[in-house]
Amino acid sequence: MRTLKFLLRKEFRQIFRDKSIVALIFFMPCIQLIVMPLAADYEVRNVNLAVVDHDKSPYSQKLISKVIASGYFKLQGYNASFKEALSLIESDQADLILEIPQGFERNLIREDKQKLFVAVNAINGTKANLGGSYLNSIIGAFNADIRMQLIQQPRFSQFPVIDIVPSNWFNPVLNYKIYIVPGILAILVTMVGGFLSALNIVKEKEIGTIEQINVTPIKKHIFILGKLIPFWVLAFIIFTIGLILARVFYGIAPIGSLFVLYLFIAVYLLTVLGFGLLVSTFCDTQQQAMFIMFFFMMVFILLGGLFTSIDSMPEWAKLVTRLNPVRYMIEVMRMVILKGSGLRDVLPHLAAVAIMAVVLNGWAILNYKKTN
Amino acid sequence: MKQFISFVRKEFYHVLRDRRTLLILFGMPIAQILLFGFALTNEVKDSEILVVDYAKDAASQQVITRIGASRYFKIRKAALTHKEILATFQTGKIKAVLVFPANFNEDLLRSNKAQIQIITDAIDINTANMITNYMSAIILDYQNQISENLKIPYQITAETRMLYNPQLKGAHGFVPGVMALVLMLVSVMMTAISIVKEKETGTMEILLVSPFKPVMVIFAKAFPYLILSLVNVTAILLLSVFVLDLPVKGSVPLLFAESTLFIITCLALGIFISIKTDSQQVAMLISLMGMLLPTMMFSGFLFPIENMPLALQIISNIVPSKWYYIIVKSIMIKGLGISALWKETLILLGMTLFLLGVSLKSFKIRLQ
Amino acid sequence: MAADEKVIVADKLTKRFGDFIATNEITFEVSKGEIFGFLGANGAGKTTAMRMLCGLSAPTSGNAQIAGYDIYSQTELIKKNIGYMSQKFSLYENLTILENIEFFGGIYGLTDQQIKVKTEELVNRLGLKSEAKKLVGSLPLGWKQKLSFSVAVLHEPKIVFLDEPTGGVDPVTRRQFWDLIYEAADRGITIFVTTHYMDEAEYCNRISIMVDGRLEVLDTPANLKRSFGVGTMDEVFYQLARSAKRGD
Repeated sequence: MRTLKFLLRKEFRQIFRDKSIVALIFFMPCIQLIVMPLAADYEVRNVNLAVVDHDKSPYSQKLISKVIASGYFKLQGYNASFKEALSLIESDQADLILEIPQGFERNLIREDKQKLFVAVNAINGTKANLGGSYLNSIIGAFNADIRMQLIQQPRFSQFPVIDIVPSNWFNPVLNYKIYIVPGILAILVTMVGGFLSALNIVKEKEIGTIEQINVTPIKKHIFILGKLIPFWVLAFIIFTIGLILARVFYGIAPIGSLFVLYLFIAVYLLTVLGFGLLVSTFCDTQQQAMFIMFFFMMVFILLGGLFTSIDSMPEWAKLVTRLNPVRYMIEVMRMVILKGSGLRDVLPHLAAVAIMAVVLNGWAILNYKKTN
Repeated sequence: MKQFISFVRKEFYHVLRDRRTLLILFGMPIAQILLFGFALTNEVKDSEILVVDYAKDAASQQVITRIGASRYFKIRKAALTHKEILATFQTGKIKAVLVFPANFNEDLLRSNKAQIQIITDAIDINTANMITNYMSAIILDYQNQISENLKIPYQITAETRMLYNPQLKGAHGFVPGVMALVLMLVSVMMTAISIVKEKETGTMEILLVSPFKPVMVIFAKAFPYLILSLVNVTAILLLSVFVLDLPVKGSVPLLFAESTLFIITCLALGIFISIKTDSQQVAMLISLMGMLLPTMMFSGFLFPIENMPLALQIISNIVPSKWYYIIVKSIMIKGLGISALWKETLILLGMTLFLLGVSLKSFKIRLQ
Repeated sequence: MAADEKVIVADKLTKRFGDFIATNEITFEVSKGEIFGFLGANGAGKTTAMRMLCGLSAPTSGNAQIAGYDIYSQTELIKKNIGYMSQKFSLYENLTILENIEFFGGIYGLTDQQIKVKTEELVNRLGLKSEAKKLVGSLPLGWKQKLSFSVAVLHEPKIVFLDEPTGGVDPVTRRQFWDLIYEAADRGITIFVTTHYMDEAEYCNRISIMVDGRLEVLDTPANLKRSFGVGTMDEVFYQLARSAKRGD
């Protein structure tokens, strides 16, 4: 234990000696946490709409103004032909085309039936999906209006109507930042901890100081602990700063208990750092360590449910996410901070990261060879 | 020129000798393309829905069966109070709750008006929206069915066509995004680190005292990464064509030419970072931690840039991958030619020249 | 020299890397308090042999006892009893002199009091008082080497292994370095040193010379010169090294 004290003192001194790294460690996550959520706005509004109105009737005008009034769409202009509108889509100036056929009003009244054409730029799946369905529901509402206007007859109330009452919990005003801020904080803490720990042991290998350590009678687990604890403390501080920033800049304060949150983070960081140290024991150069970490970090982030929901992944991918610590972290962050979930709710997550922490750190200790 | 070639050959040896790095270099784009192509979608599928049915009558049963039959939802039933619903959301296992009030069928038959409540976990807004939309559509469908014997007059139907991506596959938006992301990070990081490493170990001095022009030393170091990155581009394109069924609609040579330009922009950025920093760790932190998230977010393939605050929209313009993303998307998916892309191309070219200019200037100052 | 207590006993110690035999069945003994010179051309296998003796590298075959402990099963006990100074400078350049001393003292289990006393002794002995709070990275090479050596014997090990400790150092500093070595030997610390300087070889009690992974000769400098019939160690070394097949 005494050895550990000296080891820790040394690590902290070294970390804080390089001022540019300390600055990077602290400022980069903070700035990103403040700025990134502003960019991560996925809310579908301002869908750019090109209209091709072949009818130019009062009805078609009415429909168009109803669409614009909904607030979801921005009219990019009237086009004479579908082809012209398509060029707007090609240059990314429009996302949707609404085409109203000639004789729309007349045919609707005469034939009881009429078609509209909607074309969606479906490269961006979500925007297409949502924009299209907004447009459809507006058309539906317009249809109902017209019908009421045309036949003010009582028999129409005889149609059974199911009234759907949606209510959005935990985020009633549908603020996208609520969704993204805890996730970004989770990623940033993971990156700081993961990259720094991965670079650490391998750096001693590269400059040769590890030899001097290896000829001492130091115990392997003490050495790994000495490497683990400083970054654990650092990541903890960064996490705390992050929570404060989330509160100050985005008004997001944990609804659930801070104790549960910190308990989870404490264990989670052991997992991330253990992984970093493991990578570090495998590599010979910092460059290698960096690349391997980078690879896993990308996979962790993409399969972590930060941007896309894990639910919608295929089964094999869901299985893979079970081995992804970042996934648990993001889930717990959202659960505890936004929903007020308690210890019982996050127990399975806690167990999962605890097992990973033991395995990874144990492996790192085994894989750190003083004699080769 | 002969000197240059022998330098480049030395650099290739360096790069090719480090098998682990090489493996990651090529493994990464492949893994990412596969992940994006197969694992990541924005659609709702198999979302777990809790049904709280106070009615338990014929109508509610029919609605539940219909919802259960769709591929979007997996249904669990439970009789819960408001508070218990909250607790269920807190376990994080369900995405939405569907509540049928008592007397649902009766309301529907007698007064022709009944209510269904959809409670969503709106933290994930898009999923919540989609769940609401899909469910509403199913319920509407049911409503139309029970009134089908009554003919509804004046019906407007909208016929929707999905352009470019009729099956709404995630890969269409993601492949160009991954190309931008991977090329950007790999090229920037590799050049930055390898140059700084020579500084750190002191071997840079040896190269600089050689009769070879110092500037050429830097170019020779960056050259292998240009080739490697082009190999990566080829691998990604082959995968996207043969594995993801996403063909290149436009001109392939144009795509490669633009990719080469973009890679050179990134190499220039890497050189710039390497000249400004002295330690590998700083170079890595800047090129990875500093650039990973911004590249992901400002390229526009995850989040629409037009939704961002104006200041960020302006900032996004200095991220080279944003322009490359637009170019790849236009060529691959929309099949556009250079006439539609000259603006983006010029911007990348300008960035490259600027970065190289600034790098060379500060490099010369250092040498003096 | 103390009574004939053997602190290093190597018996057919061998290390292979694939087909390459870096160290081929070397057998020798070193007594307590001896200054043992370990010579050989570049690539002869000196560093590999030394790394095995320090417990940094596991032998392929053969046996050895260091300070009475087995080289296979008791490496951690060996490490308590040895000091090591590698070819590559390996103190922490971004720590100060005091911080390095404190760290290595702590790792070897010295008490705070011991560390304090040792630090003062060491700093005074090396005349580094005014530099004590400077980063090690900023010191000239000669001082770094002297400091490394002092740190390697900080915990009063039974044996200290020095791998080309005076490479790249000026003659005056080398002289001072050897003064430090003699002082340590006088305290009963066994010195195991590799070098390329033949004048330094003369300072050793006994010398062994490795050629192509084998231990070719082992004797006192005087006996070696006599048996080779030459006047200087340089010539002894040259005659042996010429027969070598590998090397740079």
